[in-house]
Amino acid sequence: MVSSFPRLRAEDVTKSFGETVVLKGVDMDVSAGETVVVIGASGSGKTTFLRCLNRLETPTGGTIWLDGETIGGAFDGPSGAWRSASEARMAEQRRQFGFVFQRFNLFPHLTARQNTAIGPEKVRGLKRADAEALAERELARVQLADHVDKRPSELSGGQQQRVAIARALAMEPRIMLFDEPTSALDPELVQEVLDVMKALAEAGMTMIVVTHEMAFARDVADRVVFMADGVIAEEGPPEAIFGSPQKAATQKFLRHIARH
Amino acid sequence: MNIDWDIIAKAMPLLAEGAIVTVQVSFLSAILGLVLGIAMGLAALSETRLLRWIVAAYVDFIRGTPLLIQIFLVFFALPVIGIRLDEFWAGVLALSINAAAFVAEVVRGGVGAIEKGQTEAARSIGMRNRQILVWILLPQAYRQMVPPLTNELISLVKNSSLLSVISVYELTRAGQAIISIHFVPFEIYTLLALYYYLLLKALSILSKKLEERLPQW
Ligand SMILES: Nc1ncnc2c1ncn2[C@@H]1O[C@H](COP(=O)(O)OP(=O)(O)OP(=O)(O)O)[C@@H](O)[C@H]1O
Ligand SMILES: [Mg+2]
Repeated sequence: MVSSFPRLRAEDVTKSFGETVVLKGVDMDVSAGETVVVIGASGSGKTTFLRCLNRLETPTGGTIWLDGETIGGAFDGPSGAWRSASEARMAEQRRQFGFVFQRFNLFPHLTARQNTAIGPEKVRGLKRADAEALAERELARVQLADHVDKRPSELSGGQQQRVAIARALAMEPRIMLFDEPTSALDPELVQEVLDVMKALAEAGMTMIVVTHEMAFARDVADRVVFMADGVIAEEGPPEAIFGSPQKAATQKFLRHIARH
Repeated sequence: MNIDWDIIAKAMPLLAEGAIVTVQVSFLSAILGLVLGIAMGLAALSETRLLRWIVAAYVDFIRGTPLLIQIFLVFFALPVIGIRLDEFWAGVLALSINAAAFVAEVVRGGVGAIEKGQTEAARSIGMRNRQILVWILLPQAYRQMVPPLTNELISLVKNSSLLSVISVYELTRAGQAIISIHFVPFEIYTLLALYYYLLLKALSILSKKLEERLPQW
């Protein structure tokens, strides 16, 4: 039964902030090794959806499974009532998701190596030397071998975002979630981050990427999901979404993007 | 105007003794206030609503009442419930519990001022709340906490002069004793001001030095 589950399954995920309904029921399956690119207008709920997946936000409704295991709690006992996970359990589950933030959110008081090693050391329980060796390997993988001793303030935006990717990878996540990872970067620094993400996808990482980089979506996505108004309005392979979008909203959004 | 230089020469060593007590009281109160205050600041950041409420009530009470009344309370009220302290330690305790409230606020505020993205990033790599506090928030917050804490230390030294009311033989009390015998208020209060000024100047130079050595990033 469990083996038939995809890597990630989101079922009817809803989220409201007070009166504002942001997610109106999002369903998404992501297979292991698949790269899903999420596009959509500002305010359509892309960030909120990603944050619900690893429970930086608690969804108002719906269920999320990772490899067949419910996230944030479980349907318990014969009654099947939902029981929220403990703080410890939640932390343990959360680290299965790598999260890359739009604004990097590196720890400013730590070097690139320490930023990347702190999770493996404090959360996974590796010895410091082992955690730092792992950090150096992950930093080398994102082309930062020469910058391991620098603090975030000494790095360019593109370098900082790659440290953030290394930090997430060092936790050996089962899925990586990217929330507009290049939208805070100067244009000339965007490509180096996209290159790292592409290499990651090609190495078989399971990823959900929210981005406005349409060339990246065409090139790397196995599937493109168009979100509008808190729901998935249309999805399909990149050729279909970009080549012959079916919904008027998708067509309008893509025309709008093309002009910018 | 006649200045009594004889009295000044006699008073200076006596006042120096008082100044030493002022330094001792301030030092002990600062340490105790810091320890209590940090503990309460952390309690104020905890998940437990009761702890947060207790700290909030404590801070509210200390900020809402004059220090002089707090000193009298410690000195005269504690014996009623069977706790007997001499003037010196009653004074230290009173200044400590007063300082602790301010320290707690500085700790809570300092941690609270760290960007939300830091906590979220730490969460996203699976850190527990306590780990986030220890490894991510406090190491970033303490830099911002040092200037208000050194300010608090300076007010603590000034406030210690109030302990003269419960006969702690600190600087102010030492001066008052000389005045009551020789009636030379102008000379002695001028000297007192000078002593306090030098003490506080030394402290503020020290704290500037400390602030300069804080890590930058
Ligand atoms: N914490 C919050 N409290 C209240 N409203 C929120 C909160 N977070 C998001 N929202 C609202 O939810 C809606 C969707 O926000 P979200 O950030 O998910 O959109 P998005 O698709 O990521 O947009 P963008 O492309 O601008 O990043 C917005 O209207 C936003 O104002
Ligand atoms: Mg967003």
